[in-house]
Amino acid sequence: MLAAIGVGSLQEIFDRQIPKGVRLGRELDLPAGLPEQDVFEHLRALAAQNTSTEEEVSFLGAGMYDHYVPALIDMLMERSEFLTPYTPYQPEISQGGLQVMFEYQTAITELTGLEVANASTYEGPSAVAAAGYLAKLDNGKHKLVASAGLHPHSIETLRTLAHGYGMEVVEVPLRDGVTDPDEWARAIDSDTSAAIFAQPNFYGAVEDAQELSRIAKEQAGSDGSASDRAPVVVAQVDPITLGILRPPGECGVDVAVGEGQALGNRLDFGGPSFGLFAAREGYLRRMPGRIAGETVDVDGRRGFVLTLQTREQHIRREKATSNICTAQALNALAGVVYLTWLGRTGLVELGELLLARTHYARERLSALDGVEKLHEQPVVREFALRLDADVAAVRRRCALAGVNPGVDLQAITGRPEDRGGLLVAITERRSRKDIDRLAEVLGAAVAAEREAALTA
Amino acid sequence: MSQASYPEDLLYHPEHDWARIDASDPEHATLGVTWYAQDALGEVVFFDPPAVGTTLSKNESYAEVESVKAVSDVIAPLSGEIIEINESLADNPAMINEDPYGEGWMVKVRLSDPSEREALLDAAAYRATLAG
Repeated sequence: MLAAIGVGSLQEIFDRQIPKGVRLGRELDLPAGLPEQDVFEHLRALAAQNTSTEEEVSFLGAGMYDHYVPALIDMLMERSEFLTPYTPYQPEISQGGLQVMFEYQTAITELTGLEVANASTYEGPSAVAAAGYLAKLDNGKHKLVASAGLHPHSIETLRTLAHGYGMEVVEVPLRDGVTDPDEWARAIDSDTSAAIFAQPNFYGAVEDAQELSRIAKEQAGSDGSASDRAPVVVAQVDPITLGILRPPGECGVDVAVGEGQALGNRLDFGGPSFGLFAAREGYLRRMPGRIAGETVDVDGRRGFVLTLQTREQHIRREKATSNICTAQALNALAGVVYLTWLGRTGLVELGELLLARTHYARERLSALDGVEKLHEQPVVREFALRLDADVAAVRRRCALAGVNPGVDLQAITGRPEDRGGLLVAITERRSRKDIDRLAEVLGAAVAAEREAALTA
Repeated sequence: MSQASYPEDLLYHPEHDWARIDASDPEHATLGVTWYAQDALGEVVFFDPPAVGTTLSKNESYAEVESVKAVSDVIAPLSGEIIEINESLADNPAMINEDPYGEGWMVKVRLSDPSEREALLDAAAYRATLAG
């Protein structure tokens, strides 16, 4: 090949084509290659240092949850028709994939009680930020009011987006575990583009979504001008809870977003997963992401296509509804298969089961010495405790007993008031026996740490 | 409208927008996009006008018109304040293709500086810009 193009060596191509100013000028600092067998042993040793939810009883949550993934999902996801294709720009050879997207979108609209949904986003936090951008496109205002009950990663992503567009993020504190309604009212004004909260919130509490929406719409007031618009009310939801919590669309929410991992996707080191995005029909043209639409072909037969592509960045460029235009089609497939597998009654039953077990877990754990509830709000599948001991040390002790008691709250939120906080998540894989074991292990760990602190 | 048409009684902006100054009142004008614009866009599927009361600045975009394949800025040929918008385009945006100078009108404005009309092109001059 080199001879064909009249070049002496690979190095010569680099020398001739790449400007000296951008050349590294030295060899890459990589170790020498190893035989395949040695590489395998090395990687196996590294992997052996990991722990998964198969090896320990895990109560980790904070946005991603260890739910059971039925074999049916792997079977469908591994089909090459779903596993291999890229974006279905050619609808004529993508009908199966497009129909799945359409079914998924339909499921999301039913779950959220909103009229339109896209074919998914990357994950939850970027969907929250995208909702902030939708609000900016809708009303041109500059302030994003965000409850401190939002997932910290969502707030961080919102700040990243806001910085790029000269918007301000105002964080509203919690009171007694839920968004402080007075502070919420105070923060929202005529320059508020969107008012954003989580349901349930990061600390597991069920918010009064109806009230927060009402305040947001009322509080914005009006400066009397024709172009004045109320803020967009956004809720970040946990889809697993939508079988038993009132859908956001029935609570005055305009845009519902969320992390979809709990629906049919494993934890997998934290990804990939998908984000859900649903909105009132009026926001359809401001929505980011792919949208599958149902139509008819020239012979009048039903078919599916990617529709409203003029929102996307390959056409609208800097005026697009997002700089990211994609879908997590494979992960969303797992999501819609999971919902289909559960069915309407199954999703409700699952929610009721989680409610019962979460309540049981919270009562058992808060009865332990040195452990109390962080707040008294109703919870669905996750709750926060305050330990009278160093959380990291307690977690280490629990790990030795094969139990992961939950998330170190302050480590993830960075908030001083979360010191001693532990966030405990329940899934249907955590049996009553597992919860009793957690109580035993956590109780012992807290007692040991308190003892150690006394004698230190 | 299948045949190219550029009515003589209109004034034109090189960015393919037209203005019809009200015969009885030079401070009022109706604005829209030309045959060339709708032809280049293809079938228009969406037009979202700005609200009544919005201020337009000459040469600047005041709205977007969306077709199946593209989105285009609508440029204001003259400066002024919107006093009326064509509500029927919300349900029937394709009227912009069918009758760009009639039922496809976009907004009516009260001009802030009627003398700006001097800078616009007549039908012949506008047609000449298309030939190039």
